[in-house]
Amino acid sequence: MAGLAAALGSGAMTNAVSEIGEAACIFVIGSNTTAAHPIIGRQIVRAVKQGAKLIAADPRRTVLRRMADVWIRHKPGTDVALLNAMARVIIKKKLFDTSFVKERCDGFEALEAAVKDGDLAEAEQITGVPAQKIVEAARMYATFSPATILYAMGITQHSHGTDNVMAVANLALLTGNIGKPSSGVNPLRGQNNVQGACDMGALPNVLPGYQKVEDQKIRKKFEKAWNCQLNPSPGLVLTELFESVHAGKVKALYIMGENPIVSEANTSFVEEAVSRLELLVVQDLFLTETAQMADVVLPAASFAEKDGTFTNTERRVQRVRKAIEPVGNSRPDWVIIRDLAKNMGAKGFDFNSPEEIMEEIRGLTPSYGGITYGRISKVGLQWPCPDLDHPGTPYLFAEKFSTPSGRGQFAPISYTPPAEVVSHEYPFILTTRRSYFHFHSTLSRKVDGMNVLRSEERVEINPVDAAPLEIENGDAVKVTSKRGAVQAKAKITQTTPPGVVSMTFHYPETRTNLLTHGALDPVAKIPEFKVCAVKVEREIDFGTQYLGWGTGKIG
Amino acid sequence: MTKNVTLTMNGVEVKAREGMTILEAAGSAGIFIPTLCHYPGLTSEGACRICLVKIEKKKKLHPACRTPVEDGMVVITDDAEIDQVRRVTLELILSDHDFNCLLCPKSGACRLQALVNRIGFDERRFNRLNRVAKDLPVDTSNPFFDFNPNKCIHCGICIRTCREIVGVDAINMAYRGYDLKVSTFGDQPFKESACVSCGECVERCPVGALIPKDVKHPTREVKTTCAYCGVGCGLYLGVRGDTIVKARGDHSNPVNRGELCVRGRSGYRFVHSPDRLSSPLVRAYDPLESKPQGINGAAESGKLLTRPLVKERGEFVEVSWEQAIKYLASTLVHYKGDQFAALSSAKCTNEENYLFQKFVRVVMGTNNIDHCARL
Repeated sequence: MAGLAAALGSGAMTNAVSEIGEAACIFVIGSNTTAAHPIIGRQIVRAVKQGAKLIAADPRRTVLRRMADVWIRHKPGTDVALLNAMARVIIKKKLFDTSFVKERCDGFEALEAAVKDGDLAEAEQITGVPAQKIVEAARMYATFSPATILYAMGITQHSHGTDNVMAVANLALLTGNIGKPSSGVNPLRGQNNVQGACDMGALPNVLPGYQKVEDQKIRKKFEKAWNCQLNPSPGLVLTELFESVHAGKVKALYIMGENPIVSEANTSFVEEAVSRLELLVVQDLFLTETAQMADVVLPAASFAEKDGTFTNTERRVQRVRKAIEPVGNSRPDWVIIRDLAKNMGAKGFDFNSPEEIMEEIRGLTPSYGGITYGRISKVGLQWPCPDLDHPGTPYLFAEKFSTPSGRGQFAPISYTPPAEVVSHEYPFILTTRRSYFHFHSTLSRKVDGMNVLRSEERVEINPVDAAPLEIENGDAVKVTSKRGAVQAKAKITQTTPPGVVSMTFHYPETRTNLLTHGALDPVAKIPEFKVCAVKVEREIDFGTQYLGWGTGKIG
Repeated sequence: MTKNVTLTMNGVEVKAREGMTILEAAGSAGIFIPTLCHYPGLTSEGACRICLVKIEKKKKLHPACRTPVEDGMVVITDDAEIDQVRRVTLELILSDHDFNCLLCPKSGACRLQALVNRIGFDERRFNRLNRVAKDLPVDTSNPFFDFNPNKCIHCGICIRTCREIVGVDAINMAYRGYDLKVSTFGDQPFKESACVSCGECVERCPVGALIPKDVKHPTREVKTTCAYCGVGCGLYLGVRGDTIVKARGDHSNPVNRGELCVRGRSGYRFVHSPDRLSSPLVRAYDPLESKPQGINGAAESGKLLTRPLVKERGEFVEVSWEQAIKYLASTLVHYKGDQFAALSSAKCTNEENYLFQKFVRVVMGTNNIDHCARL
């Protein structure tokens, strides 16, 4: 998000989902779209059927590569090297959009200078991708227009995630693939309302509508509206938060609908930090691993039991409607917060319905200015939608970018290796992935059928690596990093390249995030989930080993 | 630009665009041609031979779904001969169909039933044709749907859906002749196959061959948005009493156009999970410790949970909402400022996120609020 904000002025998906199907070229990097966002995956299927070119860049052999014209299997964490090499090809072969670069962007010379030095052989060595493939991908992306780039956590969850994002944005700006239908730079958001939670100011540095807390004028506006005094210093970022908790600076933590003990990187540290809290309040549907450590647990209602709105990855604000009464004695989150605030004597929380809250949001958030429940009752609206007559904005930056100068910013960046590299002791790269059947740690695990389809963690490992370790399909293995160890069954597959193992983090019984690295991107503060060094060992069950004697096979 | 063409259909002049099929042209002119294996949005296969029509100056009957229109074409969609051919075709399809319509969950929504109503069949001839229904095993391995090959009419809609819409290609026709059947790779059970359980084929199956498990018809439907990933698919939740029994895609939603994945179609079930919390819980501390102020009486009024709980810091007791909120309000007062932090949720609504950050900033006086956007 921070990377896109620097380059273009806004961190959201620039184009609508339905436009993907009409693109002439789709470049997917760091997104296993068919598993994580299946419906967007089908848009890609549709586009390819209509003749669109598909470039898929992923260390793992995803379903998309079956349809791809070019499949790039770069080493995890080498995205910048790959993207810079593509930019170099585009500049050298004069495939970039000269007029777009001249009229709408700044910093081209700096980018040109930054990428000029390297050569393809070096990129080939870093990324492990044949130079000719890089050229082919660059040529394809630059010549088939409109071209769109889709990316997800495979790009952002690195210690240099912001660099990755800026490198992606460079490509789009170079080729003028932005500000028109079916083009753009499209980060696919993970959670259903992660866009909305950001828009609503559930962030430590901004108030609703990305209005900076540090800006005195903005604070004045909100202080007047909320009739209060606002704290001018930005708060702690989630990933830094637990360090403060650990250090005893933060004593009380109120968690609404999250399970950081399973989903955070380096969870043993998080767990220890949480146990040091004086007060932990958890508001959730289930008694999650985090809730089990809480002092107060408040049962919340699910999406089917309340009214409201979600904002999806393409900035579309859509209605959520109550289908049934809250299950058991649970209550919608907004009712709980309202009652708590009123009980603490706060003014300005007298809301009788989510619609009344939306009216207040509308008055304070410029991009939501024209969004009312009446207007979005049938089809949602895409922000920015500043006033009641505005039809919403399917694609951003048609005329200008949202940066201070109104121009796109090229960012000269250079490749830095991941925070943790493989060593003799920890020879494998662990990269996390998501299953098609599960979603983060809780919800889908509560659906019996989903557990039938995928009941347990499987560590994906390439046969080339499995053979010397004498690991067979279904064997129990122990995966160890410097931070912890977990056990799971092995799945031997070509999907994961040699030297890399991959795991999901959906299963609290196999807490993959005990292994992952807490190194943060310096700007976006995203932890490096996608690269950490591990070793893999076969768990030896002595009972079976004994039975195996004499058969020429151990285990 | 595509050229416009004019053709005559049942004596009526019909305008169409070049490249349209006879079926599409008839549809736009309001002339109904019965179909079985045709499905809008999928390529036409012409497998069922129900949409056969007569074209003047051409021998044989032609499938309307596969034949492109031509300028000056004269088409007849209904006459005695066509009816006769359609009837025999239908009888052949029915001859090895396992029909026990009364017990079939598809009854009422079955396209084969509707076709029998429209075209009819000759009972005597049908009895002569009718063979003992195949007794193939029903595949119940998938937790969300069953596949009953005895009811399959080999229209291939499921296969085309999987290939053209979902892009997975998990199923295809296998074996030859009378043994022909829809099958996964290697005829494995669905659970073991490449199938992603999205249910798009189940949604499109015209008969009761692919059928969702535990079919219950809802009494009302509520239009809402899926709560799983960031795509934000439009959803209709079917409700019966106070239970959600079905989810289907919203065709008017521009994001998913009626399509769903396994999480959207079947994932709603977490709502009725027996693990849902049903009461506020407060940890009751040992009275010797100094912390229990504010929940006096909680231990007596609430009953203990049966679930295993963390023991080190006291046990959970159920309390009423009033007690919980009161306790929390009186405790949080002591933690105002930067010693307090909150994590909001990307699963909650905009309104809730707004209200929560307002609570944290206004009441607690800190900007320590974040959510899982980075995970």
